[in-house]
Order: sequence, then structure tokens, then C-alpha cells
Amino acid sequence: MIRALSKICLSAMLAVPLAACGSNWQSALDVHGTSAISLKHLILLIVAVCSVVWMLVMVALIWALWHRREGLSTPPQPGRERRMTIAVIGAVIVTAVIIGTFTIMSFFATRSLSVAGQDELTIRVRGLQWWWGIEYLGPDPSRRFETANEIHIPVGRSVHLKLEGLDVIHSFWVPSLAGKQDLIPGRSNELTIRAEQPGVYRGQCAEYCGMQHAHMALLVIAESQDDFDKWANAERNAAAQPVEEEAAAGMQTFLTKPCAACHTIRGTIAAGTTGPDLTHVGSRRTIAAGLFETTRGSLAAWIADPQTIKPGNNMPMVPLAPEELRDVSAYLASLK
Amino acid sequence: MRERIVLDLRKLPLHGMGTQSATWWGTLAFMLIEGTGFALAIAVYLYLMSLATTWPIDAPPPDLLPGTLVTLILLVSLVPNILISRWAEQQDLRKVRIGLVVMSILGIAPLIVRVFEFPALRISWDTNAYGSVVWLLLGLHTTHIITDLADTLVLAALMFTRHAQNARRFGDVQDNAMYWNFVVAAWLPIYGCIYWLARL
Amino acid sequence: MNMPAKASDTRDIDIQGSCLTEALTETWKTPPGIWGALTTVDHKIIGRRYIFTAFVFLVLGGVLAVLMRIQLAQPEARLLGPDRYNQIFTMHGANMMFLFAVPVMEAVAVYLVPLMVGTRNIAFPRLNAFSYWIYLAGGALLWIAFALDMGPDVGWFAYVPLSGPQYAAGKRADIWAQMITFTEVSALAVAVEMVVTVFKQRAPGMTLDRIPVFVWAMLVTSFLIIMAMPAIMVASTSLILDRLVGTHFFNPAEGGDVLLWQHLFWFFGHPEVYIIFLPAAGMVSTMIEPFARRPAFGYLGLVMALIATGILAFGLWVHHMFVAGLPRLGESFFTASSMAIAIPAGIQIFCWLATLWDGRPVFKTPLLFIIGFFVTFVIGGLTGVMVASVPFDTQVHDTYFVVAHFHYVLVGGAVFPLLGAIHYWFPKLTGRMMSETLGQWSFWLIITGFNATFFPMHILGLEGMPRRIYTYQPDLPWHALNVFASLSSIVLTAGFLVFFINVIRSAWAGDVASDNPWDAATLEWATSSPPPSFNFAMIPVVNSLHPLWDCRDALAVAKGLRTDRRELVVTSLNTAEPQAREASPRNSIWPLLTAIATSIMLIWSIFTPWAVVWGSIPIAIALIGWFWPKGTPEDEA
Ligand code: HEA
Ligand code: HEA
Ligand code: HEC
Ligand code: CUA
Ligand SMILES: [Cu+2]
Repeated sequence: MIRALSKICLSAMLAVPLAACGSNWQSALDVHGTSAISLKHLILLIVAVCSVVWMLVMVALIWALWHRREGLSTPPQPGRERRMTIAVIGAVIVTAVIIGTFTIMSFFATRSLSVAGQDELTIRVRGLQWWWGIEYLGPDPSRRFETANEIHIPVGRSVHLKLEGLDVIHSFWVPSLAGKQDLIPGRSNELTIRAEQPGVYRGQCAEYCGMQHAHMALLVIAESQDDFDKWANAERNAAAQPVEEEAAAGMQTFLTKPCAACHTIRGTIAAGTTGPDLTHVGSRRTIAAGLFETTRGSLAAWIADPQTIKPGNNMPMVPLAPEELRDVSAYLASLK
Repeated sequence: MRERIVLDLRKLPLHGMGTQSATWWGTLAFMLIEGTGFALAIAVYLYLMSLATTWPIDAPPPDLLPGTLVTLILLVSLVPNILISRWAEQQDLRKVRIGLVVMSILGIAPLIVRVFEFPALRISWDTNAYGSVVWLLLGLHTTHIITDLADTLVLAALMFTRHAQNARRFGDVQDNAMYWNFVVAAWLPIYGCIYWLARL
Repeated sequence: MNMPAKASDTRDIDIQGSCLTEALTETWKTPPGIWGALTTVDHKIIGRRYIFTAFVFLVLGGVLAVLMRIQLAQPEARLLGPDRYNQIFTMHGANMMFLFAVPVMEAVAVYLVPLMVGTRNIAFPRLNAFSYWIYLAGGALLWIAFALDMGPDVGWFAYVPLSGPQYAAGKRADIWAQMITFTEVSALAVAVEMVVTVFKQRAPGMTLDRIPVFVWAMLVTSFLIIMAMPAIMVASTSLILDRLVGTHFFNPAEGGDVLLWQHLFWFFGHPEVYIIFLPAAGMVSTMIEPFARRPAFGYLGLVMALIATGILAFGLWVHHMFVAGLPRLGESFFTASSMAIAIPAGIQIFCWLATLWDGRPVFKTPLLFIIGFFVTFVIGGLTGVMVASVPFDTQVHDTYFVVAHFHYVLVGGAVFPLLGAIHYWFPKLTGRMMSETLGQWSFWLIITGFNATFFPMHILGLEGMPRRIYTYQPDLPWHALNVFASLSSIVLTAGFLVFFINVIRSAWAGDVASDNPWDAATLEWATSSPPPSFNFAMIPVVNSLHPLWDCRDALAVAKGLRTDRRELVVTSLNTAEPQAREASPRNSIWPLLTAIATSIMLIWSIFTPWAVVWGSIPIAIALIGWFWPKGTPEDEA
């Protein structure tokens, strides 16, 4: 039975590297970032060595339990004791060599990961309960801009992230691109990410941060330099003036209701900072930190009752008449 | 299982003194616990100090007078404390009684000065982290003085009753004296932290 | 200067057979009824109580685990909302660590260590009684709060600022912090008793190299408790101060620091996991002997490994903070020290394998659990080595990979040996044997259920599933493995259910056990099952590591203790030479009263700092009652 069991465990062990073949946009095994790729190699190597160690221990266990014992006199016997001593010391030496190797490998891997590229784009990432504030920094203050829950980066360039926790501790983790790093109030941490292929990578807050820790996701969109520049320039612009009547009415509602006290829409008087910047909310793929795809419907659903959809989050339900709701969602959806 | 008698314990004393007694080791273990607590509290102090740009944070260093006075009283108290331990070993009840009275007074005295020591910190616990940690250190040490004083008072009372003439009680006096040495010894690094590190 | 022997001075040497037993029973007994139950200081009664209570907490924590597994079986499940789920995982973790795993190991030791070292009661028996009551009060506090929807929801390590005054309104975080105080006080008390029992109350002749490995393990564990628990006391006290009186230890705006909490917590938290694991390792070392039919191979190596683990345990704490942004070079040191733990762990594994190889294994339930321990613990230990690597950890920290790691080491490394130990020592605890058939059933169900529940979590973690999430979205590919884990946890639960049925059934109707049913070698098997209130009618004298194997004809004993006074032998630290016939305290109600007074003070102090001042007065009174001599023979000296 032990044999059968060890077979099961063994095949399960092998399932780890196999699982890497699947595709997943938030996985340490489906990797598209420079550091995640080298981390994956390290992980697979260490897992493989450890699997072998485990199998050897199991073989030794099975042998110890079921080897033939005929003709043995009552233990312990000096000769056998000596052989066992040698075997144990040998195994300890092997252990020491393996962990020594692991330690050195880890040390060099860490060092190579923390060397940042030269040409840098710097982004400030702020963690709040339970969404991400994103600010593109740059030498020229007029070219800075803010957005939320979505980061665009040019493929093949090292992007420098400054991580700040504004309320409690959060952790920035986009496994397909890089390992995680905490955002800690009163401290500032840094992380460099670099995508090797264009794509959309999902990340999720990895440090328990309260009620809605489960719904604090973000997207990293890696695209060509051209696409990135186009996007960045669009983001720098103030919000478009609504053209449709519905949206124009929505803007009025938005500005007169409490919304404006918490949200910023550049180009209007709305300049609140408690909630995410909504200047181009319609162009973002998701709302409420990865909870829904952005559509007019999902915007309306969110605004109508954020507390049922994401219980405990920091946006209150603002009572709106049905047509006000329709107008506001039309307006926000138009903010491309 | 059948039994075979190989050892006779009849001659053994009913109570062992010093390291022979379980209470002595128990006291030592508690001192280890509390010593670790003090060491950690000091580590917190040093840790916060290493993070701060200026130290003390937004406050003048504490007044030296009351703290130094407490230090002196505590150091002086060591003399009768060591004597009482010796007298207890000799099981000299009369001297032990006198010693306990003296030690009770020498336990109350630093507490009286301590009342002035808190304001002499010149910062409140809720002003900033520096204030919090000095109050923590001082508070922690004060509770130790209070508990040992309470123990001394109870022992003093006990030694004036019929229960006094007993090796076990003399052992208690010794353990109590050992603990007081610890309370004094623990104070010295705390004193250094609160009063002198803040002046560096 | 000894008091002159009184007329009542009766010695065991003067009386024979049943008269001796009667006299000793009269002196050492716990009176029947409720009063006896509340006043007893018998380590066996308290130990049994402790074990029972800890297993109740295991069931309660297990039920919460099953609730979490049901919730996670589907994406966006609505069984539990975020608020409830967060309370549940916090309760599960805090309950399992502070109310189950640590206390249960101490509980077993409270029962066994005095028997294994051949003495009549634990050192400081009243402190022992107090420690149980305080533990019970702490557990009740946590669970009553949870029932009132005031259960902590900040995770079992309650990171600030989430648990601080700004982000944790209400009393939930205070409940967590004060529950810590209760369990730490009780753990520290037991640790002191354990150290002194092992140092001073070993049977004559039990020199340092004749101490059973389990007793060594408990000694090292007790020192870990003594050196580690003050850190969490400092941490939880400063947290309560921050919350109650406005100090700023953890407030970065006023010079405090958020990571200070993590340093303090893990300076305790890492040794904590060895506080759980080392006793289990000691159980394996001790249990393997009767089932391999030979002495454990490498006694010195096993003991040194325990000590080395204990020392290294204090140099690892930062490995829980690898992604907090500490200096990289410093972190590498903690990688090295964490990995180094593999050496003492390896030494133990290799010595046990050698023992089995050279022995003649007897495949009874306890040995099965030991085998299950090898299979699972080594996986858990190896994943521990993986997460000890800083770069590796940046991908798996705070994911289900870590959840898998720690359940493999906690359940595989500590609970499996514990279950084996229950089967093994059950006759000594109750006088009856556990059923072998049910034992085997529970073993196979538990080991399959456990591995099937937790193995997939490694993969989930690598596939990006963070821990402590109450739900996940359907577009993430985690559903299949989660369902699989949740279904498997039913098998695991069934295994535990069979185990508990076996315990209850056997306690009523198991086969009556002989003194030494497994033909084991250590002293607890030299007395009856269960032992009489005085443990040994005559104190054993030890001249080997395996006293019951090395002189099978008759047990060497010492004579000359009084029977009218609770008397035990105090021996020297190294060589266990007899030094005194020390008294052991009688039953008393004061420990319970002290515990009640302490509980009132601690709970009250969640609400106002003045509780510490006024609440201390009844405690002081109760302590005076506790220690004031009552003129019994025990006060003689
Ligand atoms: C009983 C409890 C227990 C035990 C014994 C261990 C044992 C170990 N643990 Fe574990 N650990 C926990 C309980 C435990 N742990 C808990 C509860 C947490 C999570 C807390 C939380 O976040 O909630 C945790 C988390 C944890 C982390 C933090 C992970 C993270 O949060 O990201 C790390 C990192 O280094 C770690 C490492 C180790 C190591 C190196 C060992 C070593 O002691 C393992 C040594 C054993 C072996 C290695 C196997 C036997 C050896 C051989 C067969 C020899 C051959 C071996 C080699 C060649 C390598 N543990
Ligand atoms: C010794 C410690 C211990 C033990 C034994 C367990 C046992 C179990 N744990 Fe636990 N676990 C922790 C310590 C432990 N855990 C810790 C420290 C955490 C971290 C908490 C945190 O993040 O703060 C954690 C977190 C944790 C999580 C992650 C939660 C999250 O991050 O969101 C999960 C999820 O699956 C889980 C599952 C289980 C399961 C299924 C068991 C099973 O083994 C339980 C099986 C036992 C029983 C089921 C009881 C016996 C059954 C009966 C008597 C039958 C009657 C019962 C029913 C009818 C239901 N645990
Ligand atoms: C008290 C502050 C507050 C008010 C008032 C408020 N919001 Fe919000 N809003 C927030 C916060 C905080 C979030 C982030 C919630 C989360 O994801 O956890 C948010 C999120 C949003 C989002 C999703 C943004 C994204 O990128 O994820 C939209 C859209 C939005 N609010 C619209 C509105 C509208 C319309 C109103 C008025 C009817 C309004 N808000 C009123 C605080 C507020
Ligand atoms: Cu933010 Cu978890
Ligand atoms: Cu650890």
C-alpha cells in the first residue's frame, strides 16, 4: 500500500512541471517577464532536486521496512551500527551539499534580479483598500498622469515601480512578470518588471489587507512602444466633453452628486482623491479592481449598489434615480 | 513488575536549599522569561532609534535627577539584599526579619522617586513612538519593582508568624533576594538607554 | 536543620503491599466530586483535561476549515461573505496554533513527562492547575467572541496597521491580542514546570544520557517557549497600548514602524512552529523503539538535532518577511540559516530510518502514523527549503503554496505523530487499548484525505492563487483543483471522525490494558495503566536509557519516603543523585481563583487601562492565599 501511495504522490509531484504547460494569465508557471522566466527556471530546478530527495527518502523507507531480516540476531550489533553511522553521516553530507548549492543559487538569482535596466520608465503604484492608484512619473511634471488598476508598459523595457502602501500593507504581484513585493505604509519599496511578450497579465494583491483582499486585482498590459506611446498620450489628455445628450446629463449628475468629492475627472471640477481617477475609466478593461469588464451595464450595476457587489469597499451607495443612473453610466462609459 | 530495593532515601533532608530546591530553579526560569522581555523591550527602543532621523523625537532628553536617584537607591539596596540572602542561608530568623523590613523600605523608596521619574521623561506616551517606548521601558520595570515589593511585604509578614522557623521559608527569602538582584540588574541597561542613549 | 521526625512520620519502608498503596492513596488522592475536580493538582488529571480540551479545539477549528473548503469549492460562492470568511480563517489559524497545536503538545507532556522521569507529580503542580484554567479561559474568550460576531478578522499574525487602531474598529483585534496573552501565560507556566521537572525531579540515576528523547524534546521546547513567547507578549501588549491608550509603536506617522510588528511577531512565530514540531519529533523518537523492537539509533545525534533546531530557530524569523523589502544581503543570511535547519531535520529522519532498517517493525497503528509522518513531513520540509530561497519565495509567498507547506509540516509533521502518540499512550491514559481495526481505517483515510486535500494547493499557489481570499473569479483556472481539494477534505474529515469514534468507543469498551502492552522501555510503562495518583509506589532507580528492557526481572527502586506527606525525590541536575525528599503541594482551590481573577483583569483591560490597577488587587489576594502556608505536613522542612 505504501508503494501505491508513493506512486500517487510521485505522479502528483510530476504534475507540478506539467501544469506549466497550461495557459493562465496569472501564473508563476506561465511566464512572460524577464524575472519571472528566470524565477521559473530556478523554481523548476529546486522542485526537481527536492522531488528526487523525497523519492530517495521514500525508497530508503520502503527498504528499511521490508528488506529481508532472516538470520539477524537481536540488535544492536556493532558492525551494523557502524554501517548505519556511516550511512547517516553520508546522507547528512549530501544534505549539506544540496542546501549549500541552493543557498548560493538563491543568492545569485536574487542579485541578478535586482539589477535594474538603464532606460527606465518609472511608475508609482499606490495600494489602497481595495484598489490600485497608478501614477506615471517622469522628469517633466506636465507629462505625468494618473490612472487606476491598470498599468501599460512597453514590451522589452525595464519598468521601475515605486510601491507605496497608503493605508495598510498590500503586495504587488503579477506572477507572469515578476515576483511580489509589499507596499508598506511609511516605507517605499521598489520593483522592476519587464515583459518579453505583448499580452495582458493579471495581478492580484498578495498581502491580506482586510475585507476585500480577494478583489484587489490589476492588469498589466504590455504592448509595443508605439501603442504604449499612443495610450500614454491619450491618458495625458483631460476627459473628453460629452457629446451625447445622455452623457452630458450624466456629467452634470456626476458633478452635483457626492461622486465628485471622491473621484477626479480631469477637465471637470471633480477632483476627489478618495477613489480611483476616472478621467479615462471607459477605456480601462475592468472596473473595481478587476471585478468586472468595463461596460455600460457593469458601470451602472456598480454605481447602483457597490456594497452588494463588493461588500465593505470604500465607495458608498449614492442614491440615484433610474435615469440619473443611466446618464452617469453613459457618461463614464464615454470617458475613453 | 517486581521490585528490587537498591537505594535508601531515609536520610535525605526534607528540603534542599539553593540550587537543590525546585523553587530556586523556578525563580531562575521566570527571571529568564522576564529578562528576555526586558531585552526585547530594549531591542524595540534601539530599533526605533535606528529608524528615527533625530533621537529623541521632538523632545528634550529626560531629566537625569530622578532616574539617577532611583539607580542609586537600587544599587544601595543590593548591600542589605546580599546580606539578607546570607542570613537566610544561616537561618538566622532575627536578622532575616530586620533585613526584610529594610528591604521593604528599600522597595518603596524607588517607587516614590519613580513617581517623579515619569514626568521627568518630558514626553508623554501618546506624543510619538519615542515617548511610547520610554514609557514602556519605565512601566515594565516599575511593575517588576511593584511585584517584588509585594512579595517582600508578604514574606516579611510571614516571617513574623509561626511559619517562619522553617528551611523552606528561608529558601523563599533567598529566592526573593535573588529576584531583587535581577530587578536591579535589569534596571542598569534600561537606565543607560533611557537617560544616556538619548543624550548621544 | 531538619525538624525532628514527628509521630506521624510514616515511611514506605515500614509498610507492605496494599497497606502502602492505601497510605499513599490517602495522601495523594483527588477527592471525588466537583470540589475534587476544581482543586486537583494531579498532573495526570490536569494533563488528560488539557488533552481533551485541545482536541475539542481541533474539532472546532476543523469544522471552520471544512466551511472554508466548501466556500472555496466554487468560484464566487456565496456561502460565506468576506466578513465571515475573514473571521473564519483567522479563527482557524489562531485556534489551531494557539489553542490546539501548542497546548496539545504541552498537554501530552504534562501527562507523560513526570511519569517518564519517574516522579510523583510535576514541579509546581498548582501552577499547572492554574495554567489549565487560564488556557480554558483564553479559549472560551476567543470562541465566545466569535459566536457574538466579535471574532478577530486580522489573520493569525494580525499584521499592523490592519490590526491597529485606525483600520480595526471594534474589539475584534483586542480579542485576538488578549487571547494571545492567555495562551502565552499558560504556555510559559507549563514551560517552567517542565524545565524544573526535568532538571530536578528525575528518578535517581537518570543521568543526562538516560533521559528519554521525548523528554529532551520537551526540555528544548520549554526553553523555546521561555525565550520566544516574551516577544509576542511585548508585541501584543504594545498593540493593545496603541489601540487603547494611543501609543505609537506601529504608527509610521509618529516615528513608529510597521515592520517592527513583523519582526516581533516572527521572532516568536518561527520558534513557535518548532514548539509544535519538536515535541512531535520527540514522540517519534520514543515511539519508534517499541515498534522497531530496538533502541532508537543515534541517541546523541537525535538529542543534538533537537538542541540545534532549538538554537537555529531564533535565527530564521526574517524568512517570513522576504517580500517586505528588507536589504537583500541580509535576507540571504536568513536563506542560509533556514536551509541549515534541513541538517538537524535530516539527521533525525536518517536516524529513524536506520532504526527501522535495523529493527523488526511491528505494523501497529502508531507505526503507521510514523510512516505517514515520514511520507508527508519530508514533503513539507522540502517545500520549507524551497520557500527559504528568497527568489523562490517572491513567487509563492502568501499563496496556497505556503498554505500547502505549513499544513504538510503541521499536520504531517506534528498531528500525525500526535495521533500515533494517542494510540500509543491511550492505555496509559485510560487503562484501555484503542481498536486496531478502527485505527488502521482512520490512518488510511487521514493520509489519503490529507495528501489529496493539500497537495493540489502547491500547484494552486504556483498558478497564482493567493491565500486568504474568500472567493475567486471564474476566469481564473483554479476551480478544478479547488473542488478536488474540497472533496478530498471530506475523506480527511471522515478519517478524523473514525479516529474520534475509536477514542470514544475504546475509552468505554476497549480491551483492558496491561501495565506495558507494547513492551516498551521507558518508565511510564513501569506503573499501572492508568497510573495511581502517586504514579509510583516506590521511586524507580534508573541505570540505563531503556530501564524496562535492560533489567527485565525486577525494577530497581528506592525506599524511604514518607507516606503521610506528599513527598518526591529531588535529584541533581547532571547525575541525578538524590538531594532531598521534597514536598509536593496539596490540592488547592487558589489556582482556580487566581485564574478567575486574572481572566477578569485581562478581559477588563481590553476596555480600560485602569483594569490593570484595580484588577491586580484580587490577583494579589488570590496569590497570597495560594502561597500562604497551611500547616500541612508539606510545609515541614
Ligand atoms: C510544524 C511546523 C513547521 C515546521 C516543522 C516548518 C519547517 C520549516 N519551514 Fe515552515 N512554516 C510553518 C510551519 C513549519 N515550518 C508555518 C505555520 C508557516 C506559515 C506561517 C504563515 O504564514 O501563516 C511556515 C512558513 C515558512 C516560511 C515562510 C514562507 C512564506 O510565508 O513565504 C519559510 C521560509 O523560509 C519556511 C521554511 C521552513 C523550513 C526551511 C523548515 C525546515 O525546518 C524543514 C526541515 C525539514 C526537511 C528539509 C525535511 C527532512 C530533511 C531531509 C529528508 C534531509 C534532506 C533534505 C535536503 C537535501 C534539503 N516556513
Ligand atoms: C495545526 C494547525 C492546523 C491544522 C491541524 C489545520 C487543519 C486544516 N486546515 Fe488549516 N491553517 C492553519 C493551521 C492548521 N490547519 C493555519 C495556521 C492557517 C493560516 C491562517 C491564516 O491565514 O491566518 C490555516 C489556513 C488554512 C486554509 C487557508 C485559508 C485561507 O488562506 O484563506 C485552509 C484552506 O483550505 C485550511 C484548511 C485546513 C483543513 C481542511 C484542515 C483539516 O486538516 C482539518 C481536519 C479536521 C477536522 C475536519 C476536524 C475533525 C472532524 C470531526 C470531528 C468530524 C466532524 C466535523 C464535521 C462534520 C465538519 N487551513
Ligand atoms: C466616499 C467616496 C466615494 C464616493 C462618494 C463615490 N465613490 Fe466611486 N469609488 C470610490 C472608491 C474608494 C472606489 C474604489 C472601490 C474599489 O474598487 O474597492 C470607487 C470606484 C468607482 C468606480 C470604479 C473605478 C475603477 O476604475 O475601478 C466607478 C466607476 C465609480 N467609483 C463611480 C462613482 C460614481 C458615479 C459615484 C457617484 C454616484 C461615486 N463613484 C461616488 C469612492 C467613492
Ligand atoms: Cu490589498 Cu490584499
Ligand atoms: Cu518560519
